Amino acid sequence: MTASYPARFENLARIIGLVTQAAEIVGLNEKATYAVQIAVDEACTNIIEHAYHGEGNGNIECTCIPDQDKLTIILRDQGQAFDPNGIPLPDTTACLEDRHTGGLGLYFIKKLMDKVVFEFCPSNGSQKATNTLTMTKRKETSA
Amino acid sequence: MEINTTQYKHCDLVKVVGRVDSATAPQLGDALHVLTDDGRFKIVLDMTDVTYVSSAGLRVMIDTQKTCRQLSRGELVLACVPQRIYETFDLAGFLPLFKFFDNITAAVGSF
Repeated sequence: MTASYPARFENLARIIGLVTQAAEIVGLNEKATYAVQIAVDEACTNIIEHAYHGEGNGNIECTCIPDQDKLTIILRDQGQAFDPNGIPLPDTTACLEDRHTGGLGLYFIKKLMDKVVFEFCPSNGSQKATNTLTMTKRKETSA
Repeated sequence: MEINTTQYKHCDLVKVVGRVDSATAPQLGDALHVLTDDGRFKIVLDMTDVTYVSSAGLRVMIDTQKTCRQLSRGELVLACVPQRIYETFDLAGFLPLFKFFDNITAAVGSF
């Protein structure tokens, strides 16, 4: 299952709809499905804000690979290279005044998915530079 | 997402219905700003019919909480938070930063 959407926040619900359909095919339970929805939402938001620096500057391609025991989701964009190591993890214990919410999306992705791989392919001939994020949610750990 | 605000004697009740994501969080932020800009800092957020909250939604709530708690003039309390959303608050380490209520009456009565 692959679909491409203009990178706009209004399309988040449509992308989430696609991955929810794939989660149903795999048979992920409600908790695991919610985790996948959050992870994909945060990943797409990061693509729009950090790779494309705003809405309407490219597309997000979403591929869902339902398997017997897991769901794999691949998100591709042609925005600026994204280095997850450059994003500091949020301090989830700070008091209210010192609480910053930057990095929370990436933190959720890493916490909620079983496997997360970021790759960047520089442009090569007619091939545009591409960020590829591959995330996996296993069925057996979804309880 | 739909937002309805009801003004009570001691606080305001903001009922949100639907998804709070990057597309809709600014709308929630605007609705809460209307209250705080008007000097109303005691707010109950009714989340009974919220189906989803992303980090963009959490950001709006934490920013509002910071505004409301300044000078101890009030606070944002959360009512009827669905289980999955509560778990997201937990994951973000937000549980100590908000009061949670199981019903609207108790939340409104807390002010």
